[in-house]
Amino acid sequence: MTLEIESKEATHDTDGLPVEELVVNIGPSHPSTHGVGRVVVHLDGEVMTHVEPIVGYLHRGIEKMSENRTYLQVVPLTDRLDYVGSMYANWAYCRAVERLAGISVPERAEYLRVIVCELQRIASHMMALGSAAGDTGAATMFIYTFDERERIIEAFEELCGSRLTYNYVRPGGVSFDVPEGWLDNVLAFCAAHRDKLTEMDKLFFGNVIAKGRLKGIGVLSAEDAVAWGASGPVARGSGVNWDLRKHDTYSVYPRFDFDVPTGSNGDAYDRGRVRLFECYESCRIIEQAISQMTEGPVKTPLPRLLRPAPGEAYSHIESARGSLGVYVVSDGTPRPYRMHVRSPAFCNLALLKILAPGHMLADLVAVMGSLDPVFGEVDR
Amino acid sequence: MSSFAMGAFWGLAAGLLIAIAALIGVWMERKVAGRIHMRIGPLEAGPFGLLQTLADTVKLVLKEDITPAAADVRPFRLAPFVVFVPIASSLAVIPYAVGWAPFDISAGVLFFMAVPSLSVIGILAAGWASRNTFATIGGIRGAAQMVSYELPRTLSVLAACMLAGSISMTGVLDAWRPWWLIVLAPAFIVYFIASIAEVNRGPFDLPEAEAELVAGYFADYSGIRWAIFMMAEYGGVVAASLFGAVVFFGRGLGLGGVPGALLFVFFAFALTTAMMWVKWTFPRVRPDQLMTLAWKVLTPIALVELLVVGVIASWML
Amino acid sequence: MSDHLEELRERISELDPTIYPLFSIEFGDAVIAVPLDDLLVTMHRLRELGFDRLGMVTAVDRPEFFVLVYRLHSRALSAGLFVKAKVHKEDPVAPSMFEVWPAADWQEREVFDLFGIDFEGHPDLKRIFLPDEFEGHPLRKDYDHPRVIRRPDYI
Repeated sequence: MTLEIESKEATHDTDGLPVEELVVNIGPSHPSTHGVGRVVVHLDGEVMTHVEPIVGYLHRGIEKMSENRTYLQVVPLTDRLDYVGSMYANWAYCRAVERLAGISVPERAEYLRVIVCELQRIASHMMALGSAAGDTGAATMFIYTFDERERIIEAFEELCGSRLTYNYVRPGGVSFDVPEGWLDNVLAFCAAHRDKLTEMDKLFFGNVIAKGRLKGIGVLSAEDAVAWGASGPVARGSGVNWDLRKHDTYSVYPRFDFDVPTGSNGDAYDRGRVRLFECYESCRIIEQAISQMTEGPVKTPLPRLLRPAPGEAYSHIESARGSLGVYVVSDGTPRPYRMHVRSPAFCNLALLKILAPGHMLADLVAVMGSLDPVFGEVDR
Repeated sequence: MSSFAMGAFWGLAAGLLIAIAALIGVWMERKVAGRIHMRIGPLEAGPFGLLQTLADTVKLVLKEDITPAAADVRPFRLAPFVVFVPIASSLAVIPYAVGWAPFDISAGVLFFMAVPSLSVIGILAAGWASRNTFATIGGIRGAAQMVSYELPRTLSVLAACMLAGSISMTGVLDAWRPWWLIVLAPAFIVYFIASIAEVNRGPFDLPEAEAELVAGYFADYSGIRWAIFMMAEYGGVVAASLFGAVVFFGRGLGLGGVPGALLFVFFAFALTTAMMWVKWTFPRVRPDQLMTLAWKVLTPIALVELLVVGVIASWML
Repeated sequence: MSDHLEELRERISELDPTIYPLFSIEFGDAVIAVPLDDLLVTMHRLRELGFDRLGMVTAVDRPEFFVLVYRLHSRALSAGLFVKAKVHKEDPVAPSMFEVWPAADWQEREVFDLFGIDFEGHPDLKRIFLPDEFEGHPLRKDYDHPRVIRRPDYI
């Protein structure tokens, strides 16, 4: 990989002295790139004039690898896409395969999928908020959010034995039914989580410095959000009311009563706050799902080797980062002919180069944190 | 004893004091941060984890002292000491007992305000000599910040000096009266905020801003040289707390003997804890906001305070 | 499901009769298959119809040609739609959708990187994931590398 810095343009200031642009390479190993992303920033003093995100440092070729595996073997690969929200990629892929192969899913499994994905949403948003706050220097918020996330991760560990790569949602259902008492623990968590959210809102979003740091930073207009394909909290922060759970509803989501929080200014502050309010809504959905759930099987028996008829299927779900789509093409063999992931983090990160210029270097990390990229999913 | 020997003795004493203060300071910072984060903090090494910093010190001393290949070697190696020495020497003018300071000069307040500012040269040198964009930006930020915050900080202390009619530390302490607490309250707040910025601590830790600049001006330092930067930071915190306790709280509310000494320690500790509390609660400000705060908020407040104190002084005294 | 698609077909035929003949339903999805030459014009028209969001751009390597796959969404029509166009293998060039939806920016770079399809009119077409000196386009079916291991066929 070429690491040379783009040529600097030497210009002259009003006194005729040579002035050189300062080029700063943020990343690929940097505390605020949330993984291994690189941003080449051209600075005029502290103000960024040109921002170029460079991705691909975590490219593992998951789409190519999928073509060499059977349909069921691809599920663990999807865990590695968005390692902060593995359940989503599991689910999006499984939905596509279920559509392709005409597999029906038991109702209890759909409820369990909703519960784990909403828990995952909280966990992912906690990580997003915590690291965005950590980027602006609020270390305490970081610990508070990670404390909450840890409880969810522990619950997932109890559920499927793994902390990050769950491989829980499988074609035809989920891998295990819940352990005894697990749902009560989740309900207790949701009850306690609301108070924590209120506290976090006061601690960080009510703080005068946080407001000064985030308000008016990286403003994304609603038109740009739609045209640039932004989705999830990034689009909703700009006031675009676009949530697949409501607007292209799937699974058992129509049975729940919840709101879609939207921001109005489209700045980093609104994007962060939308995430916080989504956690409240997720708690509501989890509670309704647990109360509506009935006993029953959690998976449909499947043959060892899935051989869908030639065809293609696209399935998208609302992940914590936006609309996560999986496009699977079958040619009748046991392996996918083509598997493509429409990654929300990838599309949202593309916005960085239009959001960051004009702001100061210190705002770069605030904007990036508010876009919440996870490089496993950006690079795939 | 010759004056050189005296100087060497007090220099050693101040160095030792800072080393101990840094040891306790780092431990305390971790404990304070831990409590704010709802965790416990260090617990394993020694009682209450008190020896944790000592263990870290051993680690830091044993670590390789890396000099980057592209660095400007001599300024790079020298910079930590240029940062540390002025801060250490500023401790010499603090009146630890009533009417006694290790280095009791008639311009003690001026000495305390002026000498630690020299460390800005070290910060700039460290940032520049590292030949690293992060370090350079950090060094330049540090210089801009420290030079800007000199002004409100000095103006706020000037109010106390005006009331005392002296710029000697013992003179200020002798003249201290309890009603100063009320009159100098705004000046104290300005002093407190400006001191945090002066020692480059959160929420004003822009020169080292780990989010965007990794570690700013000391990004390329390792081992003992890095530890010296940290010691300078904690030394700065301790010095600012001790000085604030003397000027604004009359050492121990003007009392002598054991109660005064205890109160002195209490006030100094309270100020140090408050600085840590602020650091762990607030996000970091942006460079332009930092400058706005210095020039458009703190400096005018300090000037108005100076005016008010000037009127009061002519009327009360 | 199919009712919804029929409804979409009706809506589109009302709004723009030129697109109607291209409309088909494949594997339960609404698909508009367009000749490559008409792609840009059709996309502009679809955008005017209310498909304001370009969800996905990707390609599939079929034996005789590449298929460019676009997934569009419309909030106004509350519908999703595939647009497909065949690209020749010998001369893989397609018009860039950047002027219609800027969202195509990175996604077209991805297709360029992994399939080697050129997008005319893209402002900054270069590799996105792989290093610039990388040879070949890995998602093509004929891509081979000594270190690519084929798993055995499962019968």
